Amino acid sequence: MGRIDARRYLRRWESLLVLFLLVVLAYNITQVSNFLTAQNQANLFQLSIEKAIVALIMTFVIISGEIDLSVASMMALSAAVVARLNESRMEHVLAIVVALAVGLGLGALNGFFVANVGINSLAVTLAGYIGYRGLAQVFIEDNSVGGFPGWFTRLGQKGIIGPITFSIILFFIMAAVAGVILHYSGFGRRVYTVGSNARVAIFSGVPVARTRIIIFATSGLVSAIAGILYAARLGAVRSSTAQGFELDIITIVLLGGVSIFGGVGSMVGVLLSIFLVLNLRNGMTIAGITGNTQTGVIGLLLILSVLIPNLVSRAQGRFRRTPVEPQFQAPRPETVQSAG
Amino acid sequence: MTDRLLRHIRPEQFRELILLVVTIGALLFFWTQIPNYFDPRSINRLTVGLAIPLVVAIGQMMVVLTRNIDLSVSSTVGLTAYVVGTFLTRNEVSPWVAAVMAMLLGCALGAINGLLVAYGGVPAIITTLGTLAIYRVVLVEISGAKTVTTGDLPGWIGSLPSKTLVTVRDYDLRLMVAIALIVTIAGYLVLRFLPFGRRLYAIGSNPDAARMAGLPARRDVFCAFVICGGLAGLAGFMYLVRFGNITVTAAQGLELQVVAAVVVGGASILGGQGTIFGVLLGVMLIEILQQSLLRWSGLSEFVKDAILGLLILIAITVDAVVLGRLREAWVNTRRRDRAAARLVMEGGADGAD
Repeated sequence: MGRIDARRYLRRWESLLVLFLLVVLAYNITQVSNFLTAQNQANLFQLSIEKAIVALIMTFVIISGEIDLSVASMMALSAAVVARLNESRMEHVLAIVVALAVGLGLGALNGFFVANVGINSLAVTLAGYIGYRGLAQVFIEDNSVGGFPGWFTRLGQKGIIGPITFSIILFFIMAAVAGVILHYSGFGRRVYTVGSNARVAIFSGVPVARTRIIIFATSGLVSAIAGILYAARLGAVRSSTAQGFELDIITIVLLGGVSIFGGVGSMVGVLLSIFLVLNLRNGMTIAGITGNTQTGVIGLLLILSVLIPNLVSRAQGRFRRTPVEPQFQAPRPETVQSAG
Repeated sequence: MTDRLLRHIRPEQFRELILLVVTIGALLFFWTQIPNYFDPRSINRLTVGLAIPLVVAIGQMMVVLTRNIDLSVSSTVGLTAYVVGTFLTRNEVSPWVAAVMAMLLGCALGAINGLLVAYGGVPAIITTLGTLAIYRVVLVEISGAKTVTTGDLPGWIGSLPSKTLVTVRDYDLRLMVAIALIVTIAGYLVLRFLPFGRRLYAIGSNPDAARMAGLPARRDVFCAFVICGGLAGLAGFMYLVRFGNITVTAAQGLELQVVAAVVVGGASILGGQGTIFGVLLGVMLIEILQQSLLRWSGLSEFVKDAILGLLILIAITVDAVVLGRLREAWVNTRRRDRAAARLVMEGGADGAD
């Protein structure tokens, strides 16, 4: 598989997403009379805004050839930290700062283990997946902790510009910033380089370790932000907050055309995929499919989003007459990491 | 000193030794902290608690050996427990038939995973994260939020968990524990002596090399997933027998404990590395910690998961840092020994190396 082929395919993948999105939108419009009103669209966004925010940073993580399973647990942890500190009457802004610092610190710790100790990110973030939620349990046990100051819950629930809430505005700002960084900055290019071939990146003088630490630290920070916003929206925190969100988040990113093997993907694809998944869930709710089954459908979508490109590219390889493929392919990033 | 040690012990064995010492250390520590820690009742409770995670972990380990992972096991356990339980409330069959049914259902669920991973080229983490949700949804859908209750089940279910094979001074060997031990021994024999078992190691340590060497890598990975599913199915039957009441959330979160046990037990998440003995120790250590921390008044039950996460982190870090060095030293020692032997054979000829 040449890189050109993959990119041409990707372009088609994005047009496929647009098509799929239009179908889902059309269904929703026919089923609900006031579907396209600003209020309804804002509500729709609001329901999954935290996942959408984390999906932005997960795009960077997966393009760099890694994975972060700990994001949802980090959301729960940051929310629990805010709730616990609020309960012990700490100044609320200070509590938020502490929670963000925890997110940044633990994210950087993940990055340190991946980049410097050289452990597979799946194993490291699996520990975080279990451990961070475990820490959240230590802080708030099995209670439901609320009692946030009024401005905090208003921030999460009330619109600032019409029905558009702070979270939605923040999401669009972050999406713009993430898109610019990924596609128009040196750092973004380094993310792709590290993801497509870490060994080549090292020999080309790319600071691979630093890039990875920055990505994981940001992942922790953004997850913490999302967790705090989620706490503000719900008004109460349990240790099971945001459980299973990593499934939706990873699905969104992969469905957006980002390759699980790293090095391939675009922010436009991920944004399209966010809109698609949001509208799909909305459509399923209209069609009377419950939340639990929706998760199953998302899981199916996750598998298909990888399976279909695989089958298509295999079929292409079979039907197109191409010169004999080189005998030795470049090692995949994962094998490179195990050596380092 | 390290040289002499390394001549006799491989680094991997050293790792198991550490784990054994830690496990015994944990047992001794809780013995000093908790009164009557080694009395028959609490030991029996420990061994019974071990049985289900152990069976699932043996299957999980075979998948992990091939550089894959199966996160869907908990949903497989829950789904088979529920389906077989529902079947038993309506039909009269012997325990054996029920157990085989559960295993077959588990195999089928594992085969779906295996097909997608081995033949569809979908990474295992993606596949099983998806099927973790899908199998659970299937369970929710077919149950209609109804629960299988002990009262509806045939009588033998109630007596099976306490069925004891051997009793030595009040220490029981329960049937459930015996099944788990048989699975463990079978797993050991398969991985140690069967070509299939050896191939799993080969595939995991270098998938490309295994394929180029002509090993049926796809078929073997598929088989590993089927075995993992089958054992999860067996565990589902054991779950049904042990608890009787099966809700839609049955066995939720078990996958974490099992993957943690396999990783703590020394199986590398990058494949090709790990032993059944290590997994047995990993399952034991985690079960001991989970049960004993609850009873030890110094800690609340809420620190359980935090400690589990920390334990995994410690295990993989020790694996990466300490064992990496040990392995290097081991190779160097052997190289030096061989060089020395060659020197002796060549009668001390100069210009060696």
